[in-house]
Amino acid sequence: MQILNGSGVNKAFGGRKAVDNVDFHVDENEILGLIGPNGAGKTTLFNLISGAIKADSGTITYKGRVISGMKPYRICHMGLARTFQKAKNFPDMTVRENVLMGAVFGKKGTDNAAAERKTDEILSFVGLEDFRDKSPGDIALALQKRVEVARALATSPDVLMLDEVMAGLNPTEVGEAMELISKIRGSGVTIIMIEHVMKAIMSLCDRIIVLHHGQKIEEGTPEHISNSKTVIDVYLGE
Amino acid sequence: MKLINEYKANPKKLILPVLVAALLVLLGLSPNFTKPYATIMLGTIMMYIILSLSWNMFSGATGYVSLATAAFFGVGVYVSAFFGSSLSLPLLMLMGGIFSFVIAFLVGAVTLRLRGVYFTIFTLGIVKLLEQLMLYLEITFNKTRGRFVVSYTFTEVFYWLFILMILVILLSVFIKRTRFGLALKCIAEGEDAAMHIGIGSTMVKILAFAISSFAMGAAGAAMATRWTYIDPYIAFSTNLSFLPVLMVIFGGGRHVFGPLIGAVVFAYIQELLITDFPYVYMLAFGVIMIVSIIFMPNGIVGVIENIVGRIKKAKGGRKNADP
Ligand SMILES: Nc1ncnc2c1ncn2[C@@H]1O[C@H](COP(=O)(O)OP(=O)(O)OP(=O)(O)O)[C@@H](O)[C@H]1O
Ligand SMILES: [Mg+2]
Repeated sequence: MQILNGSGVNKAFGGRKAVDNVDFHVDENEILGLIGPNGAGKTTLFNLISGAIKADSGTITYKGRVISGMKPYRICHMGLARTFQKAKNFPDMTVRENVLMGAVFGKKGTDNAAAERKTDEILSFVGLEDFRDKSPGDIALALQKRVEVARALATSPDVLMLDEVMAGLNPTEVGEAMELISKIRGSGVTIIMIEHVMKAIMSLCDRIIVLHHGQKIEEGTPEHISNSKTVIDVYLGE
Repeated sequence: MKLINEYKANPKKLILPVLVAALLVLLGLSPNFTKPYATIMLGTIMMYIILSLSWNMFSGATGYVSLATAAFFGVGVYVSAFFGSSLSLPLLMLMGGIFSFVIAFLVGAVTLRLRGVYFTIFTLGIVKLLEQLMLYLEITFNKTRGRFVVSYTFTEVFYWLFILMILVILLSVFIKRTRFGLALKCIAEGEDAAMHIGIGSTMVKILAFAISSFAMGAAGAAMATRWTYIDPYIAFSTNLSFLPVLMVIFGGGRHVFGPLIGAVVFAYIQELLITDFPYVYMLAFGVIMIVSIIFMPNGIVGVIENIVGRIKKAKGGRKNADP
């Protein structure tokens, strides 16, 4: 079943097309990979889905409702959460408070006690209990990215969009991040992930979409992508 | 919820509020045993406390620096000028507050899409716009620039300002512990992230802006009845846009006491200097400002918190050193 769907999505910045007539869909409970060279338009596509920016044309549908044009907070309330390529943690709050904010505001009708419970659950789920009272500025990059993921998870999403959560991590940390992502999917969350770490993409994703100059140039299983001549020419072969 | 209940547990944290409450009671009773001059001065100080606390409620909380304080104050002033003869003082203040709230809501809806310095400049523009608009209207329809305002005694104005100030202090304290206050904090710490975890930041900002403007308008309505004569330049004096900002920077905006202390100190210095050295006091403010921005980024209250923190650490360290 398709949970998210985009058709003919366009976005240009000053005449330059960042996302160029892209069609896509996401199936329920799959992990969809989004790859492509720097500047391909991956983050822009996330911004369009999450409501951070408005598409020039095209429609995005989530759970059968058109969400293009909606404000980010409403899209979040509907169960679509994201992280940012450059972590945007709240610097003057502790790790726990960061996650708590996601739990308090992410889903309508959550009372304080439920938000507290949810927060502690998520902190242990992602393995951040030992850092709960630390400031996000004082912990390693891998952990900062985990705080972003935890805060997004605290909003109780059905779809989670991860923008390069593995960038800058060492191989051990990448391994841990991969484990976390499968665990999140295991809990019933659909995932879209942008990533440059090929090992992670190839082993985690059910399906991959390749963007280049804003256009979708290929789509398919990891096996299909790694054998695709177009993809090798513009991206993997570089 | 930790963020919300952090003040609840520690009885030591009650010392300061109790002290302040005692001071406030004393202040409230002061017209009975001080000279009229003191009542007037304390009234002015309370006006500054109201303005800086309400400025801090929105700008301090969100990081959106507004210079529209004088605009909303002026709206209150004109409410008293127009309706002074038909309404009582509390009703004038209520009406000044409501007018300011509505105007702030509309202005906010338009301007709060702007961020950073663009927002700040726009808010200053609103003061000038209202000033010039009033000037135009008065000269066109009234053939004079100014108006007389119904006057109330200093003591009456004092009491109503006192009540307004108490309400603003209480609101400043309690707003932080509500979800609305948490949303403001999230917006200050990262608006993009805040929007993406379910905070309708535009509406939250507009509401906070309007609420803080309510108190400004109410204060303007009260002060106008002390002045007897007003014109657009008096009502929309940009001093009242800048001074609250300086007071909050000087006192520190993180804690309710910051704007309070800043307002008291600045208003007192102003009272001391303005009669004898009318030009020196702005200079003095400038110097104090520069010094406090460089040496106390979190204001006086920040300095005090630092000292208290160090004393606690030193004590804790000694305890740990004991076998
Ligand atoms: N807000 C913006 N204003 C102007 N141009 C933008 C904006 N956001 C993105 N762009 C441009 O759009 C293009 C696509 O950028 P985008 O960030 O989507 O790429 P990306 O695929 O995420 O790249 P990377 O792998 O480096 O993160 C780039 O040329 C970028 O400069
Ligand atoms: Mg990107």
